[in-house]
Amino acid sequence: MPQLFPPEASSFAGHVDALYIFLILVTAFFSLLIGTLVVVFAIKFHRKSPDEVATEVHESGLLEIVWTVIPFGLVLVMFAWGASVYFRLSRPPANALDIYVTAKQWMWKLQHTDGHREMNELHVPVGVPVRLTMASEDVIHSFYVPAFRFKRDVVPGRFSTAWFEATKPGKYHLFCAEFCGTRHSNMIGWVYVMKPADYQAWLAGGVPGETLAAAGAKRFIEHQCNTCHGDQPGARGPSLNGLFGKQVQLANGRTVLADESYIRESIVNPQAVLTAGYQPIMPTFQGLISEEGLLQLVAYIKSLASAPPAGAAASAAPAPTPERKTIRP
Amino acid sequence: MSTPTATPSQRVDYLNASYGVKSWLLTTDHKRIAILYLIGITFFFAIGGLAAALIRLELLTPAGDVFQAEMYNRIFTTHGVMMVFFFMIPGIPGVLGNFLIPLMIGAKDVAFPRLNLLSWYLFAIGGLTALWAVVHGGVDTGWTFYTPYSTVYANGWVVVTAVGIFISGFSSILTGLNFLVTLHTMRAPGMTWMRLPLFCWGMYATGIIQILGTPVIAITLLLVAAERIFHLGVFDPAQGGDPVLFQHLFWFYSHPAVYIMILPAMAVISELVTAFSRKPIFGYKFIAASSVAIAVLSFLVWGHHMFVSGQSVYAGLVFSILSFMVAIPSAIKVFNWTATLYKGSVSYQTPLLYALGFIGLFTFGGLTGLMLATLGLDVHVHDTYFIVAHFHYIMVGGTIMAYLGGLHYWWPKISGKLYPEYWSRVSAWVIFIGFNLTFFPQFIVGYLGMPRRYHAYPEEFQVLNVMSTAGASILGIGYVIPLIYFVYSMRYGKDAADNPWGATGLEWQTPSPPPTENFPDTPVVTGRPYDYLTGREEEAVG
Amino acid sequence: MADAHAHAAAHAAPPELRHHFVDLPAQREASSLGMWLFLVTEVLFFGGMFTAYVVYRSTYRRAFEGASNLLDIKLGAINTGVLIMSSLTMAMAVWAASVGKKKLIILFLLATIGLGSVFLGIKYVEYKQKFDHHEVPGPHFVVPHDEKTHEPLPRQAEMFFSLYFCMTGLHALHMIIGVGLLTWLIVKARADAFSPRYYTPVDNVGLYWHFVDIVWIFLFPLLYLLGRHTL
Repeated sequence: MPQLFPPEASSFAGHVDALYIFLILVTAFFSLLIGTLVVVFAIKFHRKSPDEVATEVHESGLLEIVWTVIPFGLVLVMFAWGASVYFRLSRPPANALDIYVTAKQWMWKLQHTDGHREMNELHVPVGVPVRLTMASEDVIHSFYVPAFRFKRDVVPGRFSTAWFEATKPGKYHLFCAEFCGTRHSNMIGWVYVMKPADYQAWLAGGVPGETLAAAGAKRFIEHQCNTCHGDQPGARGPSLNGLFGKQVQLANGRTVLADESYIRESIVNPQAVLTAGYQPIMPTFQGLISEEGLLQLVAYIKSLASAPPAGAAASAAPAPTPERKTIRP
Repeated sequence: MSTPTATPSQRVDYLNASYGVKSWLLTTDHKRIAILYLIGITFFFAIGGLAAALIRLELLTPAGDVFQAEMYNRIFTTHGVMMVFFFMIPGIPGVLGNFLIPLMIGAKDVAFPRLNLLSWYLFAIGGLTALWAVVHGGVDTGWTFYTPYSTVYANGWVVVTAVGIFISGFSSILTGLNFLVTLHTMRAPGMTWMRLPLFCWGMYATGIIQILGTPVIAITLLLVAAERIFHLGVFDPAQGGDPVLFQHLFWFYSHPAVYIMILPAMAVISELVTAFSRKPIFGYKFIAASSVAIAVLSFLVWGHHMFVSGQSVYAGLVFSILSFMVAIPSAIKVFNWTATLYKGSVSYQTPLLYALGFIGLFTFGGLTGLMLATLGLDVHVHDTYFIVAHFHYIMVGGTIMAYLGGLHYWWPKISGKLYPEYWSRVSAWVIFIGFNLTFFPQFIVGYLGMPRRYHAYPEEFQVLNVMSTAGASILGIGYVIPLIYFVYSMRYGKDAADNPWGATGLEWQTPSPPPTENFPDTPVVTGRPYDYLTGREEEAVG
Repeated sequence: MADAHAHAAAHAAPPELRHHFVDLPAQREASSLGMWLFLVTEVLFFGGMFTAYVVYRSTYRRAFEGASNLLDIKLGAINTGVLIMSSLTMAMAVWAASVGKKKLIILFLLATIGLGSVFLGIKYVEYKQKFDHHEVPGPHFVVPHDEKTHEPLPRQAEMFFSLYFCMTGLHALHMIIGVGLLTWLIVKARADAFSPRYYTPVDNVGLYWHFVDIVWIFLFPLLYLLGRHTL
C-alpha cells in the first residue's frame, strides 16, 4: 500500500494537509451523496413497464435556493481557510536565512550568502526560516519541494521570492515543476534538512567560494556603477549605503520599499523607478548582466544596508547581512 | 412513438439524397456537416489517443527507457494539442450541435450554412496543419506554449502548430457565431426561449464563450509566431518582454475554453436525464440560467492557473473566490439532474448509463476543482499529476462520457439504425472502470509530489503509475468497441423508428434519418418543454 | 427537395432569399446579427494586442514616449483624416444602395477604395522610413535617439516598435481585406445584385469598414500621441 502523503517536513506542511483532509471530506461527502442518490433513484424508480408514466414533481424555488446557498456558504469557508494558509505561505519572517537560487536549463545553483555554493542540493538547518530569492537564466522553472508543500515558479526577467521553515531533519525531493525543455524531468535534486550541530559541521567543511556580496562588489566596479553611485556629494546617482530595506520616494510620487525586486528593476529598467530628485540618466543594463550577476549585485547592495552613509570606498569588504549569529562559519 | 411513413429503403433522407464525394465535401446541409465533423474528430482523437498510449507506456517504469526525453516531450505535447484543439473544442458543437440545433428549433438549417461548411474546412485544415508538424517531428512545448521557452528556446515546429491552432480557432468562432444567430433568429413559431430544449441553452452559452474567448488565443498565438519568426521581444524577458503576460493572455482564453468543452456536455446530459426518466427536467429555468452564468463567470477566473507564477497575493485572492463562484451553477445543475430522476420512470439504456456516469464523475472531478481553487492547497499540487487527474475527470469522465451518451441517444436519428444494446452497455462499463483506474491513482501520485510532464520519475511513484497504465489499456479497449459497432450498425443494424425512445423534442418528430430540409412545413410549438406528463409530446402542427 | 422548390415558387420568393430563412426580414436580421457578432470577435482580437501595449507602455513609459515621438505625426494625422473620409464615402455607398442608385453605389465604393489606398500608401511610406532608420525590430534594429535630447532611448524602445508594427500591420491587413471586399461589392453592384429590397452585403461591408476605421482611431493616439503634451 503506497503512502498517500509526502512527509510533513515544514512548518506549513501540516496546515496544508489539514486543509486537504477537510477538502477530501467535503469532496467525498458530496460525491457519495450524489452518487448514492443517483443510483438509489435509478433503482427505486426503475421503469417497470414500457408505458409506465412518471409522477409529476413540482418545481421548488425553495429547494433551488437551499441547494444554492448551502454550497455558497461552504465554498466561502473553503476559500477563507485556503486564503489563510496562503497568507502564511506568502509572508517570510524578517529574520529568515537568505539563499539565492539561479535556475537554468537543467540545473539548480544555490548560493548561501557566506559563499557556500551547491548544485542541485540545498542544505538548510532545521527550525530556521529560509528565504529563497530566485532568478532564471533562461526559461520558466519552478522550485518544488513536496515535503515542504513549497512551490514557486522562477520566471526569467524578475526575482521570485518565497520562504519555508523546515521542521524535520531528512532528505527530501527537489523537483522542477514547470516544463522547461528536454531535460525537465532531470532537473531534480535533494534538500537536506540538518540538525543545528550537523549543519554547523557541514558549513565548516567544504571551502566556501567567494561570497555573493564580494562577487557583487566586483561587478559594481566592472559595470562602473561606482562612477554615479559613489557617495560623493553631488553624485549623479543616489547613495546605496543603508538603502536596502528602506522606503524610497520615486520621481512619480510613489513610495516603494527597496527590496530585491526594486534593486533588480533599478538596474534593468531604471526609468520606471527613478528616485525623486535625480535625473533620468541611468542607462538600462537589461541583457547586459546575467541573472546571476544581478543576484550578486543585489547581495552586495544588501550588504551595504548597514554601512555608513558616506565616505566608504566602494570596494570595502561588505558587512555581513544580518543573520542569526549561530550560523556564522 | 410514431412509425415511419415509408419504408426506410424507399424514403429519401439526408444521407441518400445525393451520392458522391462532391456532394459531401460541398454540402451545406448541417446534418452532413455534422457527419464530416464526426469523422474529423474521431480521426484526431485516435492520434491523441495513440499519443496517450505511448505516454502511459513510458510511465510504466520510473526510468525514461522507452523514449528519449525530447521525443517524450513531443508526444505529450501532441496529446494535448490534438485532444484539446482538434477533439474536445470542436467535438460536441461540431457533431451534435450542428446536427441537432436546427432540428430542435424547427428550422431548415443553421443561419449561415455556407459558413458552417467553411467552419469544417477550417477545422480540417487547421488539424492537418498541426498534424503535419507532428509528423515532421512535432513540438515539445506542451499545449500551453509558455514563453520564453516556446518563442526562443524550443526546437520544433512551434509556428506551424500555432498556425494550425489559429486556423482551427476561426472554425470555433464561426461555429459559435452561427449557433448564436440561429438560436436568436430561426426558432419556429411558438418556440419561446423558455421552451427551448436545454441542449440549445447549453450551446448558446458555449457560443458566447467561443466568440469572446477564441480571438484572444488567436492573437496570442500570432504574437508567439511573430516573436519566433521576427525575433520580436513581446514575451522575451531578454528584450523586456514579460512571460507572465503571455500566461495571462493564454489563460484568458484557455480557461473559458474548458467551459467550451463542458457546457455542451452538460447540455447533452440535461436531455438524456429527462428522456430516460420520462419526466420533465427539474428546474428548467435554473439549468438554463446556470449555463449562461457559467459562460459569464468563466471569463473571470483565469488567474487560478497562475497562483504560483508570481502574480500578487491579492490577485490570487480575487481569482480564488471567483473560481469558487463559477462552481456554484455547476452544482445547481447536478442537483437538478438528480432531482429529475426522483419519481421518474427510469430506463437503463446505454445513454442513461453514460449520463449517470457523467453525473458521478463530473461531481467528483468538479469538487477536486474546488480543491485547486483553494489557494493554500494549489501551491502544493499545481503542475503535478493532481491537476492532470482533475482535468481528465472533467474532460474524459465528463465530456467524453456525455458525448458518447449523446451519440448513442441520437444515433438512431443520425443514421436511421440501432446500435447493439448489449455491446453498448458492455463498453459503457468498460469505459467507466478503465477511466477510474487510469485517473484516480493520479490524484494520489500528484499529492505525493510527482510533477507533470515528467518522462522519468522517482521509484516510489511506480506502483500508482502502473495502475494508471493498466486502467488506460482498459479504457482504450472501451473506446474501440463503440467505434466498431457504430460502423457495423450503419450496414447491419436494425432500422430505427422515428422516435425509438419515446422522447419529446422536435427532432424526434422527423423521420430517422431526417430528410434534407428537416421539416416539410414549419412546425408550431405549443406545449411546455419535456412535456411527458400531460400525455402529449410537443405538437408539430403545420 | 422538389416539394420545397415548388413551395417556394408558389410563394414567389425573391431570388435573394436563401431557402432556410422564412422571409427576407428574417434573413436580414440574421445577417446583421451575425455581422455584429463577428465585429465583437474582432474587438477581442485587437484587444489582446491593445492589452499587451497598455501593459508595456506603463512599464516602459520613458522608452515608449521617446519612441512614439519618432513617429511621423503629420502622416498619422493625414491618415486619420483619410480614413474618416472613407467612412463617410462608405456610409454614402450604403445609403445609395438603400435607395437603389447603382451608379452612386459604385462611385462611392470607388471613392472608399481610393481613400483606403491612400491610407495604405502613406503606411507604406511610414514603414519604409522606419526601415531606413533601422527602427524595425530584429537583428538590424538600432536603438534610436530621443528627438529632443539626442540621448539614446532605453533599449525597450524596440518593444514599442514591435507592438507598432504588429498593431498597425494587423490593421493594414484588415484594410487590404476591406479593399478586396469593396472590389467584390463593385463587381456585384455592376451585376445588379443590389436593390432597396436587398443590399445586405453593402451594409455588412460598411460595418466592417467602420470598425476598421474605429480601430485606427484608437491606434493613432495610443501610438502617435504619447507624451506629446510634454513637448
